[in-house]
Amino acid sequence: MREFGYQRAHDVAGAVALLGAAPDARLLGGGTNLVDLMKAGVERPGLLVDVRDLPLDEIRATADGGLRIGATVSNSDLAAHPAVRRHYPALTQALLAGASGQLRNMATVAGNLLQRTRCGYFADLAKPCNKRAPGTGCPAVTGDHRNHAILGASVHCVATHPSDMAVALAAFDAVVTYETADGPGELPLDAFYLPVGDTPHIETALPAGAVITGVTLPPVLAAAHSRYRKVRERASYAFAIGSVATALDVRDGVVRDVRLAFGAVASRPWRARAAERVLVGGPADADAFAAAADAELAAAEPLPGNRYKVTLTRNLVVTELARLAEEATR
Amino acid sequence: MTTTTGSSSATGATGAGRTRVEGRDKVTGAARYAGEIPFAGLAHGWLVLSTIARGRVTAVADEPVLAMPGVLAVLHHGNAPRVDADYVGMLGRPNPVVGLFQHDRVPFTGWPVALVVAETSEQAREAAEALVVGYEEEPHDVAFRAGRDDAYRPEDSPMVQADAGKGDVRAQLDGAAFVVDAQYTTPEEHHCTMEPHAATARWDDGRLDVIDSNQGSGWVAAEIAQLFSLDRDSVRVRSEHIGGAFGSKGLSAHQVAAVMATTVLGRPVRVVMTRRQMFSLVGYRSPTAQRVRIAADADGRLRAFDHEALNLTSTVHEFVETSAVLGRVLYDAEAHRTRHRVVRLDVPTPTWMRAPGEAPGSFAIESALDELAEKCGIDPIALRARNEPATGPVSGLPFSSRNVLACFEEGARRFGWADRDPRPGLRREGRWLLGTGTAAASYPSGVGRSTAAVTAEADGTFTVRINASDIGTGARTAMTLVAADALQVNPDLVRTRIGDSDLGHAMIAGGSTGTRSWGWAVRLAAADLRERLALGGGIPPEGITARSDTADAIDALPQQERHSFGAQFAEAAVDVTTGEVRVRRLLGIFAAGAIVNPLTARSQLTGGMTWGLSMALHEEAVRDAATGGHVNADLAGYHVASHADVPLVEADWVDDPVPGDPVGIKGVGEIGIVGVAAAIANAVWHATGVRHRELPIRPDRVLRAAGETPGA
Repeated sequence: MREFGYQRAHDVAGAVALLGAAPDARLLGGGTNLVDLMKAGVERPGLLVDVRDLPLDEIRATADGGLRIGATVSNSDLAAHPAVRRHYPALTQALLAGASGQLRNMATVAGNLLQRTRCGYFADLAKPCNKRAPGTGCPAVTGDHRNHAILGASVHCVATHPSDMAVALAAFDAVVTYETADGPGELPLDAFYLPVGDTPHIETALPAGAVITGVTLPPVLAAAHSRYRKVRERASYAFAIGSVATALDVRDGVVRDVRLAFGAVASRPWRARAAERVLVGGPADADAFAAAADAELAAAEPLPGNRYKVTLTRNLVVTELARLAEEATR
Repeated sequence: MTTTTGSSSATGATGAGRTRVEGRDKVTGAARYAGEIPFAGLAHGWLVLSTIARGRVTAVADEPVLAMPGVLAVLHHGNAPRVDADYVGMLGRPNPVVGLFQHDRVPFTGWPVALVVAETSEQAREAAEALVVGYEEEPHDVAFRAGRDDAYRPEDSPMVQADAGKGDVRAQLDGAAFVVDAQYTTPEEHHCTMEPHAATARWDDGRLDVIDSNQGSGWVAAEIAQLFSLDRDSVRVRSEHIGGAFGSKGLSAHQVAAVMATTVLGRPVRVVMTRRQMFSLVGYRSPTAQRVRIAADADGRLRAFDHEALNLTSTVHEFVETSAVLGRVLYDAEAHRTRHRVVRLDVPTPTWMRAPGEAPGSFAIESALDELAEKCGIDPIALRARNEPATGPVSGLPFSSRNVLACFEEGARRFGWADRDPRPGLRREGRWLLGTGTAAASYPSGVGRSTAAVTAEADGTFTVRINASDIGTGARTAMTLVAADALQVNPDLVRTRIGDSDLGHAMIAGGSTGTRSWGWAVRLAAADLRERLALGGGIPPEGITARSDTADAIDALPQQERHSFGAQFAEAAVDVTTGEVRVRRLLGIFAAGAIVNPLTARSQLTGGMTWGLSMALHEEAVRDAATGGHVNADLAGYHVASHADVPLVEADWVDDPVPGDPVGIKGVGEIGIVGVAAAIANAVWHATGVRHRELPIRPDRVLRAAGETPGA
C-alpha cells in the first residue's frame, strides 16, 4: 500500500482547513468503502482526514417536526433511533437492509451518501472505466451490466449508486448540509447527486473542500407509513438489484401524498416524481400503482442484460404500495 | 441454522463424535498458517500478472522499480532461473503456469509475468503495482458456449475416459414412449478457500525447506524437485494447517516464485496471493454446457441414456471436467452413451474443484431424471428405483456396496416425501411459491498408496506418522481415532504427525481418498505394532516403530465399482415477482461406508450441501469478453451463500457395510455437494412450474422465466 498521511480533525473548521490545505486529501468516516478502494488502488489519497471525532454524532428533532442527523452518526445508531423508527420507518428498514452489523457500526451517514459504485470495472485498475479514469471508456455498456443502471445513465457510464439509506432519504426530501472555507451551504438530495452525462467521475454538487455536516429531514406525514424493500442476489451481504422506498398517505380512498424512490436503477437514488404525480389525488388501487410505475419506467433505457430491472422495479412498486394501502385501511 | 441428526454408538474411538485435536490451537490463533510463520531475514515476493489475454511480453521496466524503497529483486522471463516443466508428476503433467517466467508468451489474463521481492510485503506490493510491463497484444477468445465447432474429444488418460457407451442411442430414442432432450449449463466457479495460497521458501543447510498450504506436501515436494531438477530428498515441504483447499492447492505459481527468489537472494522469501490473484492462478471449475437425452418406456424403464458434456480449458494445458462419468455409475439403459468434449480458449487452466465432474454433471442428469419423472407421471424416487442397476452400467463390474435406495428411503421418510403432491405451482405461502425436489448423489471411493509409521513410545504413548493433509476436514483427528481403535488404546495417548514430506509417501487429500488411503496405512502399521507389543518385553528409549505400505494391498483389491452414494432433498420458496429463491430445508442421506468421526463427517457433508446450495443460487465468475479477465474477482462480487441463505441443513447416513473390503471407509469429502443443485432446481420447478437449466438460478432468470410462462 502506498504511504499516506493521517490526521484527526476535532472540529468542523479544522476538518475544512485540513481538507483545503491538501488537494489529495480524503475524509475518513467509517472507512468501510474508502479503505477497500485504497487497497484496490482506486483511491490514492495523500492524506486521510479522520472526521469520526467531529461533534456531529447527534440526532435531534427540529422545530418544524423534522429531524437533524449529524454527518458522523453511525448507520446503526440512525437505524435504531426512536424518532426514525416512528416517523421514517423506511429509513430504518433501508439501513438495516444494507451491509452487515459490523459495517453499520462503522459506517457514517455522510460516508454512506458518498460511497462509490460497486461496478466491477470501476474496482479493477486493469480495466477501462470513465468514472475512475475519465476518457478510458465504459466497458459495462457492452460487457457485464446485469446490475447496472436503467434510468438516467449515459453511454459514458451505467454504474449504479449502491446506497440503501440514500433511497429512503431521497423519498423524504432530505437536505444535505455542509461547511466550506467560505461558509455553510446546503443541497437537497435531488440536487446533491449530479446527472451522469459525460462526467461520470463528478458525482456530487458538493463544492471542492466541503465537509458534510449532516442531513436534515423535513416533517413528512406520509413517512410514518413507509416501507423499504430490497431485492438482492443472496439473502444478505449483497447490494440491491432493485429496491423501493415507499410512503403513502391515503384518506377516504384518495391518495393525499405518496413518496417513491428507487434504488439500484441509476447513478443516484431515483426519486420517482412522475409516478408520484400519477397517484396524487387518485385512487390507491393496483391499477393506479401499476400505471404510476409504468409512468416512471417509461423513461427506462435498459441494456440487454438488465431488462429484468424494469419488471422487478415495477413489481416492487405495485406490491409495496398495495401493502401500504392495505395497512392504511386497517 | 445447521443441525445434524442421530448419533452413533461410542463403542470405540471411531464412530464417536470427537472434536478436532488441534481445535483449541485453531480457535485461539496458536495454529500458524503458511503465510504467518516468522522467519529471520524474511523477504516478501509479490506476483505481477498480465493485463492482456493473449500476446507476449515485450518489456519489463524493472530499473525504476529496483530503485524503489526496499526492493531487492525483480524476476521475469528475462532473468529468472531456468526450470524444467516437462515432467510427469503424480497426477500427470503439470499446469504450465508453474513454468514461471520461462518465456515471453502470455496465454491468458492473469498469467504471471514478474515477481517483485522486497523487504516488506507493502514495499513489494507497491513496487509490483508500479512495474510497467509492455505487451504485444493479439486477439483473444474467451467465449465459452455450447455448439462451438472447435470443440474436440480429449485423449483418454488414466484420469479420464473421454467416451463410453453401448447400444444404439438413436434407435432407442426413436422407439421410446418418453424422451427428455435438454441443455444444461453451469458457470465458471471458484474454490474461494478461506486461506489464500501462501508459501515461504528457504535453503536450510543444503535442503530446500518450503512452508506451504497444500493438499499433499509429498506431492508438492516431488513436483518442486522435478521442476528445479533437485534430488527428491533435498526438498522438504510442510503444510501443518490448511484453511481450505477443495482441489486448488497443489503446485502453483507462488511456491515456484518463492523457491526462485530464495535461490536468487539467499534468504527466506514468502509469496502470498491476493484474493484477486487466486481467481486467475489457482484453477477453478470450468463452465459446462451439457446435453442430456434420456428415453424411457411407458413404465419408466430407461431405453437410452445419452450425456455429452463440454468444458473449456486453456490453450496451454488440457483439463477435462468429467461431468459425464456420473451416468456410468447411476443409471443403466439399453443404449448408454457418455461423452466429454473440450474447447481451448484464452483463459487460465481449470482444475479439480469439489466433486469435479459429479457436481456439474449431477445438475444435468438429476434435473433430466426429474423432467422424465414428470413426463412419465412417475414419482422421481420410484423412477430411480425402477432403474437401479445390478452392476456397473458400463463396466459390468459388481458394486462394492450400493445403498442409494436405502438413502432415498430414509430421506423420504424424514423429509415427508410421501405427502408430496407432484403437480407444480400449487403451494403458496404469502408471496412465496413452495416446492420440493430430490436428486441422487454418487462419488467414487478411491484409494492411493500410502505409508505410515506408528511408534510405541517408552512413556506409554503412541506416535503416528502419516503424511496426511488436514485441509480443514479433521484428518489429523480422524487418523488419531483410527490409530487408537487399531491399537485399542485411548485416543488421548495417541499423537499424530501429518503434513510433512519427510514423513514419507502418502496419498494427497483429494478426490475423497484421504481417510480411506491413510486410514488403511495407519491400521496396518498399528496392527503390526500390536503384534510386536504382544510379544512382551520392555520398550527401549527410542520406542518401537512399525511401518506400513499399502501398495501391495491396493494391488490386491478386486476390480469393483466403488462409490459413495446419497439422496438429496430440498424445499425451495420462490417469489416470482422479485425472482428471489430461498431454500428452506436441505436433507442429505448418505451411504459412505464406515464413518470415522461423525462430528467432522457431518461438517463435511453439510459443508458440501451448503456449497451445493451456493452453486444452485449464487456462484458465478463473470468473464469480460473485451479484456478476457473477470469483473467480479473478489468475495463482494463472487457470491457464495451467506449465512442468511443457509436454512436447516441436515446430513445423516445409513449403514453401508462394504463386504470383503479391508478398510470399509469410503470418504465424505465430495459426496455432500453432488446432486444438491439439481434437488434445488427440481424444487424450484415444483414450486413454479418452470425448469431452470442454467445455473445459478438468479433473480433475473426467475423473473424472465415468469414473464415467459403464463400463470407462473
